Amino acid sequence: MTPPDGNGAGGLVGKGVARPNVKRLIHGRGRYTDDISVPHMLHIAFVRSPYGHARINGIDTSMAAEAPGVVRIVTAAEVAEICEPMVAIAAHRPGHKSAPQHAMAVDHACYQGEPVAAVVAASRAEAEDAADLVIVEYEELPAVMDILEALDPASPPIHPDLGDNRCFEHTTVTGDAPVALSNAAFTVEQDFEFGRHTAVTLEGRAILAHWDTVEERLTVHHSHQSPYQMQDVFSRHLGIPEHRVRVITPDIGGGFGLKINVHGEELAVAAIAKMLGKPVKFTADRLESFAADCQTRDHIATAKMGVDGDGRITSMDFENALSVGAYTAYIRFGLAEGMMAITCAAAPYALTDYHARTRVAYVNKGIVGMFRGVGVPVGCAVTEVLVDQAAAKAEIDPVEFRRKNYHRDEDYPLTSVGGYAAKYMSLHRCLDACVDIMDYDGLRAEQAAQRENNVWRGVGVATFVEAAAFGPVYYGPSGARVSTQDGCTVKLEPSGVVRVMTSVTDQGQGTLTGIAQIVGDQLGIGMDDIDVIAGDSATTPYGGGAWASRGMAMGGEAALQAGKALKGNILDLAASVLQTTADALTLEEGEIRDAATGEARMDLAELAKVGYFRQDTLPGGTQPELMVTRHHVPDTPYYVANGVQGAHVEVDIETGFIKLLGWWVADDCGRVVNPLMVDEQIRGGVIQGIGNTLYEHSQYDETGQLLNATLADYLLPMAGEMPDIKIAHVETPLTNTELGANGIGESGTIGAIAALWCAVNDALRPLGAQVTKQPFTPEHVLEVIAAGK
Amino acid sequence: MPAMSEDTAEINLIVNGEPVTKTVPVRRHLVDFLRLDLELTGSHLACEHGVCGACTVRVDGVAVRGCLMLAVQADGAEVVTIEGLSDSGEVADLQAEFEARNAAQCGYCTPGMVITSAELVAAGGVPDRDAIRDHLSGNLCRCTGYQAIVDAVEETMKKRAGA
Repeated sequence: MTPPDGNGAGGLVGKGVARPNVKRLIHGRGRYTDDISVPHMLHIAFVRSPYGHARINGIDTSMAAEAPGVVRIVTAAEVAEICEPMVAIAAHRPGHKSAPQHAMAVDHACYQGEPVAAVVAASRAEAEDAADLVIVEYEELPAVMDILEALDPASPPIHPDLGDNRCFEHTTVTGDAPVALSNAAFTVEQDFEFGRHTAVTLEGRAILAHWDTVEERLTVHHSHQSPYQMQDVFSRHLGIPEHRVRVITPDIGGGFGLKINVHGEELAVAAIAKMLGKPVKFTADRLESFAADCQTRDHIATAKMGVDGDGRITSMDFENALSVGAYTAYIRFGLAEGMMAITCAAAPYALTDYHARTRVAYVNKGIVGMFRGVGVPVGCAVTEVLVDQAAAKAEIDPVEFRRKNYHRDEDYPLTSVGGYAAKYMSLHRCLDACVDIMDYDGLRAEQAAQRENNVWRGVGVATFVEAAAFGPVYYGPSGARVSTQDGCTVKLEPSGVVRVMTSVTDQGQGTLTGIAQIVGDQLGIGMDDIDVIAGDSATTPYGGGAWASRGMAMGGEAALQAGKALKGNILDLAASVLQTTADALTLEEGEIRDAATGEARMDLAELAKVGYFRQDTLPGGTQPELMVTRHHVPDTPYYVANGVQGAHVEVDIETGFIKLLGWWVADDCGRVVNPLMVDEQIRGGVIQGIGNTLYEHSQYDETGQLLNATLADYLLPMAGEMPDIKIAHVETPLTNTELGANGIGESGTIGAIAALWCAVNDALRPLGAQVTKQPFTPEHVLEVIAAGK
Repeated sequence: MPAMSEDTAEINLIVNGEPVTKTVPVRRHLVDFLRLDLELTGSHLACEHGVCGACTVRVDGVAVRGCLMLAVQADGAEVVTIEGLSDSGEVADLQAEFEARNAAQCGYCTPGMVITSAELVAAGGVPDRDAIRDHLSGNLCRCTGYQAIVDAVEETMKKRAGA
């Protein structure tokens, strides 16, 4: 661990400062949405489609309406009368097709768990009792479940108005891959499957909405990553002027991208609050979370790589297809999983010829939304697996093979064959750092020795890239109301302490701590003199919230600029008071000092007192401005972070079980504002990546029934099986901003998935076997071993 | 089909050192009782299935899954929640180690982790990391990756043992 470095003033950036806002969580004093109760609050339970695909021919609510505690049964049609459906169209992607999604399914349910009606009752238990009494007349329809079948124009369309189940298709061509592949000295090729899984935030999605019937205001407490986005959504879909919608995001029990999506129930709850004029609360239980939370991945792919006689990668072909479920996740549009996969693939390597296609299909499964990594883990894993195979075929050590094939440091800035625009990637330095901390040569020697004992160990070294802090170049032309800027307000309080209001939100990443560190350094004050407020659409600057690893990269830069501007105002005012010029003064350790001598002239409290209470002592016309707001808009489509991960595994070839022996990460996320938070983002991300690769799988049968919807049969990483993770930082400050911080939130997950694919395949290679399906179940491992023999 | 009725029963128990008498629905589990009837919201629910450990509370000195026990089963028992444990100062050192290492991110699993860890810490000695991991392996954390939590428990036990 990185020991905390004290909370003293000066030089906060770069120190592993503990989070001021974590203590309440450790002491059981967090305040999550479901913890909040208000007078006259009612509870909602949803009636959900038990079918993967069905027509709804009628709903009989008469029996449920008589049940104890029931206040009202609200059907999908009633909500649809006051709530506009969600249509996620990407204006910048011609050919993209998206069907309207109502808050609840009106006459056509397209996935199991889709809400059909809502029961409002005095308690959640009574609402659930009554939900069982709502009689829905369903007519089951054929379910389309397979990606390739769905892409066949002849498959029965889930949304007849769209004509078929094809949502989107995109091809990227750089150079001439078919020719380059045919001219290659050799090629390697593999099929891949990345199983569908889900986020499993420990706190289910939760929302408490209240419609004030007198002032006609909607106040929503929402377990969500972006209060601004939801203010916009509730305002537009329910026809409420935006300044009368306030969304507050209290403590949040895990986001991971899931809680940037808009789920139908959330719109329905707000609509019902407006309908009833009473506060209503809904918290998803675990079964509902598995069935109706946005899910992720569900890709299949075939990829091929060409290598010349000198062991240099020349070319790659990447054929990708995935399903988005029954709708495109609002307010984004179901493109990112596929586009990110084919764009980031091959990004670290200096090949010249690339062909990639992604095809996106509608199927009768849960909706695929945003989740940590968004498609990048797929592109990285496909690339790294082929790179390892190519190295093996070229008989070059995989680390050496990477070194030989990475972009050279002198070739930046560059655009990768997939279209990744990188000002710089510290690939060589990260590779060296990772190989060093993992003792790569030692692991290889041990691997060889253990094989003599019939012990099958694997070493995986995988390169990853992360596109962080997506900016307006990307989202602007799409037409989606995704805010690609972030803001920060810094206010000097009369006592000389500082309040900071930021548009970035914190679900445990430590973002708000980093914001305080940055502002503290600008103003020369310590953590104890700063309080950060976030997660309230009515009071904080407008911004994106938390998505695409933007907290430090964008929110941090806005905080730096706001702090700097406030410092300027403070020194201007001090100069007035002290009858000198601002450049003759400095602000250090809470004091305004003479720049030349270091002598303390006045402290911040004295200055604030003049600014707020004793303006009479100032020269006429002086306007103290002790609150400042700044925003940051990225000047590139995204900021590219990168790194290398090392994994050490042992595969039991008799049982198919995979044991994790060690894990290493060398990461470059630019300026490290708080190494403790960065390390913990990496560790948590790695463990999620391991879970995705080894255990997690949302399995549906051919009729659209979800087969595993409890924590007993959907496996997740637990403490007993997970390794300790050693981390090295390679710190290349981003040149786009003064702060220089890049994103870190998704790196751990992205790199871990590729590293684990590589490590397990490394163990199996001498057996002529390679895993091809994620998660790597023991059954799959044994299958590929048997096929290899 | 008649709706399930809310049959109730009166229970008497000690919660965080205070005597409590309440009439509760007989089907209400212990954590719903703590959260809904006593407004002790530090105990969390994440699976209501006994798998994740977020609901862990101490009943008669033992860490239990509060979602697998009905409130009426706690009649006559002594229950300690994270709020009571925290205020008692019994694990202030453990909680400080959690804070120093950022062994909590979203914090949703943390009350359960602290109560589960407290049991191991109270047992004394300095177990190896695998034993700490085994002890914690009934508590799901989706954020941290566990290492910082293991570090916090290990460091607390080392300091208590004077090692």
